[in-house]
Amino acid sequence: MPSLKDLKNRIGSVKSTQKITKAMQLVAAAKLKRAQDAATAARPYAERLAAVLANLAATTGQGGPKLLTGNGTDQTHLLVVMTAERGLAGGFNAYVAKLARLKIQALQAEGKTVKVLTIGKKGREVLAREHSALFTGHISLSDVKSNNFTDAALSVGQMLTAGFENGEFDVATLIYSQFKNVLSQVPTAQQLIPATAPEGAPVIDLGGAQYIYEPSEEALLEALLPRYINTQILSAMLESSAGEQASRMTAMDNATRNAKDLIKALNLKYNRARQAQITKELIEIISGAEAL
Amino acid sequence: MADKLHFSLVSPARELFSGAVDHVIAPGTEGEFGVLVNHAPFMTTLKNGVVRVLEGDVVRHRFYVRGGFADVTPAGLTILAEEARNLSDASAQEIDIEIEAAKLKVLELDAGDTKRVVIEHQISYLEGLRGALAS
Repeated sequence: MPSLKDLKNRIGSVKSTQKITKAMQLVAAAKLKRAQDAATAARPYAERLAAVLANLAATTGQGGPKLLTGNGTDQTHLLVVMTAERGLAGGFNAYVAKLARLKIQALQAEGKTVKVLTIGKKGREVLAREHSALFTGHISLSDVKSNNFTDAALSVGQMLTAGFENGEFDVATLIYSQFKNVLSQVPTAQQLIPATAPEGAPVIDLGGAQYIYEPSEEALLEALLPRYINTQILSAMLESSAGEQASRMTAMDNATRNAKDLIKALNLKYNRARQAQITKELIEIISGAEAL
Repeated sequence: MADKLHFSLVSPARELFSGAVDHVIAPGTEGEFGVLVNHAPFMTTLKNGVVRVLEGDVVRHRFYVRGGFADVTPAGLTILAEEARNLSDASAQEIDIEIEAAKLKVLELDAGDTKRVVIEHQISYLEGLRGALAS
């Protein structure tokens, strides 16, 4: 039986924890708004670029650049695992890491060589336990401010295209958390290299006319593909950041509610213990008086 | 509106312009070109320069774009720029400050750093923007 003082201390500590989780929830909600706005603002560019690429890829057919057609094999896979820099976001990082692990196992079972590039600290920490031998690099997002992921996406994109050209890998897949809505973030694997023209992109009706390309189709594709890859990385980063905040908000909301329940239960216990002590003291006084 | 051209200008960060206009003049890598409604399907890369949006013969908007693509379809003209700014929003002083900041950054980096190339591109974009603003 804990003493009254112990109970009082515990109630105090749960209350201060509740204050922290409540504050974190509010901060996450504010950040979520900003992250969502940034993700929405970036969408038109990504969509249009995808449409342009689909258009162009449809007309070029087989003889396209390697970034589009691949280099003939799929022996070495690079997995780009994108997670958050910080924890305390519910299952957000764990889900992405789990999908990455499954993917690694599946590829290794097929006898492929797997390499892993991590973006964000948390995923690296989780994967380091089993797969640290596969790590080829790490990109930190800790110095990214106010959802300005452009530079980070650019450096990842350059790393990937350079790595592909040097033959370091044949296929690159991005594993990130897709932002469906505030309550659901879906871990998704998306192939980056060779670039796949997006499915369901609207086919533009040219009314029988032929496209005029300047300078040439090949030159256009070569200029467009690295940008397309960068854009995919950028929008993944934005979605991942929105998902992180949404997930943290939900997790902290739950924590706040748990703390509330706990405080209620502890208060009840405290009052009972106090009442028991009063009763005990009364009995002692009365029995003392009777004995006289 | 059948006699208007649908024009949209998007950068990775946001959509800068979307609407029906008469005439757009854009800086293609192989020369400046104008697009009117019912233009033939056309796709080109862009160089740094000013995109002008005209209503009749009057220039309504001027945007300074960095690289990217222009795509003309029967549906309209789409410009996908790496970076774009509305010239009426830009102030020469702010750009001067940005150029200075970017130049300082270059000094900090090694010659072989890939970031350096990116920043040098940024500086040439900003200087072009500064020039366009002065004209």
